[in-house]
Amino acid sequence: MQLTGAEIVIRCLQEEKVEHVFGYPGGSVLFIYDELFKQDQIKHILVRHEQAAVHAADAYSRSSNKIGVCLVTSGPGVTNAVTGIATAHMDSIPLVVISGQVPTAYIGQDAFQEADTVGITRPCVKHNFLVKDVKDLAETIKKAFYLAKTGRPGPVLVDIPKDITAKKCEFHYPKTISMRSYNPVVKGHTGQIKKALQLLLDAKRPMIYAGGGVILSDAADKLTKMTRLLGFPITQTLMGLGGYPATDRQSLGMLGMHGTYEANMAMQECDVLLAVGARFDDRVIGSPDHFAKVARKIIHIDIDPSSISKRVRVDVPIVGNVPDVLDELIKQIQVSEAKAEPKALASWWKQIETWRSKNSLKYKMGSDLIMPQYVVEKLYEVTGGDAFVTSDVGQHQMWAAQYYKFDKPRRWINSGGLGTMGFGLPAAMGVRFANPKATVACITGEGSIQMNIQELSTCKQFHLPVKILCLNNGYLGMVRQWQQMFHGNRYAESYVDALPDFVKLAEAYGHVGFRIDKPADVEPAIREAFVKHKNQLVFLDFQTDKTANVFPMVAAGKGLSEMILAEEEL
Amino acid sequence: MRHIISILIENEAGALSRVSGLFSARGYNIESLTVAPTEDPTLSRMTIVSIGSDDIIEQITKQLNKLIDTVKVVDLSEAAHIERELMLVKVRATGKDREEMKRVADIFRGRIIDVTESAYVIELTGNTNKMGAFLDAIDRSLILETVRTGVCGIGRGDRILKV
Repeated sequence: MQLTGAEIVIRCLQEEKVEHVFGYPGGSVLFIYDELFKQDQIKHILVRHEQAAVHAADAYSRSSNKIGVCLVTSGPGVTNAVTGIATAHMDSIPLVVISGQVPTAYIGQDAFQEADTVGITRPCVKHNFLVKDVKDLAETIKKAFYLAKTGRPGPVLVDIPKDITAKKCEFHYPKTISMRSYNPVVKGHTGQIKKALQLLLDAKRPMIYAGGGVILSDAADKLTKMTRLLGFPITQTLMGLGGYPATDRQSLGMLGMHGTYEANMAMQECDVLLAVGARFDDRVIGSPDHFAKVARKIIHIDIDPSSISKRVRVDVPIVGNVPDVLDELIKQIQVSEAKAEPKALASWWKQIETWRSKNSLKYKMGSDLIMPQYVVEKLYEVTGGDAFVTSDVGQHQMWAAQYYKFDKPRRWINSGGLGTMGFGLPAAMGVRFANPKATVACITGEGSIQMNIQELSTCKQFHLPVKILCLNNGYLGMVRQWQQMFHGNRYAESYVDALPDFVKLAEAYGHVGFRIDKPADVEPAIREAFVKHKNQLVFLDFQTDKTANVFPMVAAGKGLSEMILAEEEL
Repeated sequence: MRHIISILIENEAGALSRVSGLFSARGYNIESLTVAPTEDPTLSRMTIVSIGSDDIIEQITKQLNKLIDTVKVVDLSEAAHIERELMLVKVRATGKDREEMKRVADIFRGRIIDVTESAYVIELTGNTNKMGAFLDAIDRSLILETVRTGVCGIGRGDRILKV
């Protein structure tokens, strides 16, 4: 049967079992919206800004491993979506973005709402397509889904000119796709894995360092099993939190710029490092030269060969899908007679416990001012550590990462690579659509929340009972912290003047709002929000200590062991 | 170090910009880039000359491989290979220079492919050094314009880059 391009788009999405599409209509996607209207298998979520559509689809994917899908119009629809696409790209999140384009005959003529979408998005997608013939449409969409989720995942964009959505052709949706130019590796090289195991068993001071690849590939169980078999310490990156239970003794917490003292020291001092789905980025290892000062053997498991030996030289590279490689490694550990030398391992743990006893996440709490860390701790208690937590970017993001102990994967949803303010609220929406019964908290600041505050309206329309915890210190806190530490206390433009009354604002959108300014009220307010107002969106505006800083801190360009631990050291 | 990287890539619209965009986005250097379809019109072959440390060249080949349209990448300079480029030079050829120009072109095995009363167009093929040597050998003030294709290269003997 002959179908129009618009019908084909919808049929393809149905074939892919897509349940939710996040989007915003416009001229060049009208035929597609018309077809959406005529069916009820796919639910469309109307956001209030295209950036939010992409963040929501992104978090939908992060929190469920289903592929998030968004639909935007040409020109400004796409340019608004770019920040979201780049955010997903930096964190390797599988997404399919469908964008409208002006009719084929108008391309290149500076038509109304025309933008070179393929050109603009090229550097921030895994791949993109411009569909020039309706006959190519179904296969292109199939390819988009295939590319998004295989290999190192990422966003894939399909740009469809309006005339293509009106033209007709036979519909045939391919069952499988094979591309001669794209064959991602899955299994790791057995010989390399054997070499890695030997290094691990010979180690005196071994360390496991796990990143977002563990979460993306659903390898948390296998990572946990392997780590327990080996009895080694493990640290996680910001993107890897939840890949190993944070409350377990073998977990040293997060490492990096705001990592714990024990994680950073162990990372620096270890003699054999097993990196799993992590990429040694600048916020994680600080200065590569300083990191290289201590001789250590590095084993690196990653699905993307270009992540290996990019910032640090690796001794045993293992290219493969993390769970497949871990399976093989676990198998080899189990059949191997050898064990890591218990005496060396015990003395290494003793050293680590000495570092841990510094309790680098302690903070001072008075009775007058709410400490932001305290809010996160209370959220953890009230939600039993079982909430999905999204965040924006800045100090609150680091406190959330440090004080909410994630025991499960896909619960911590944040923009790690690109560091996109405005991510948290739309992300919370996406989480809730992917996990309709879940408790969802968005930890944010008064700066970030205003970058996508319009989504309070979307939350009202779709009855999303998200709890927003705004750590309001009246500053762009992380900017202020850097200005205090590195720019002589000159707080250039980091004071957020003329803040709205967030309680009234929440109420104006039809939600519930609280302002909390005393430490004693923190827990009762959170409890009231999560229990009494379980089914409503609650905006909790916490007036927190304006001067609180995030510690420990490794200043940009410094070495991991050169941490500033507290205010007194400034 | 100077490297010659050969790429087989799907002959799709935008393939060239994916490659050139990758180089500019990651700050890699391009000395020259040539591209044309192969005997199989669905495939293009590119030759890129780049200068960088071993680490950078390793990253370049990995990043090129990562492009979805890339079928194969090989660093030709890792083993025996042949490289050629083509140059067209328009020179002033009057009076005694006319004879001298012809002589130098012959020495470099160049061919004069266009003749007017006042100028020659000389066609020259060879490696990059030969192009430079020719330009050095003639009187610079007589050069009216030059155009070069950039390097293309191929492995020697059994080294074959094919799907």
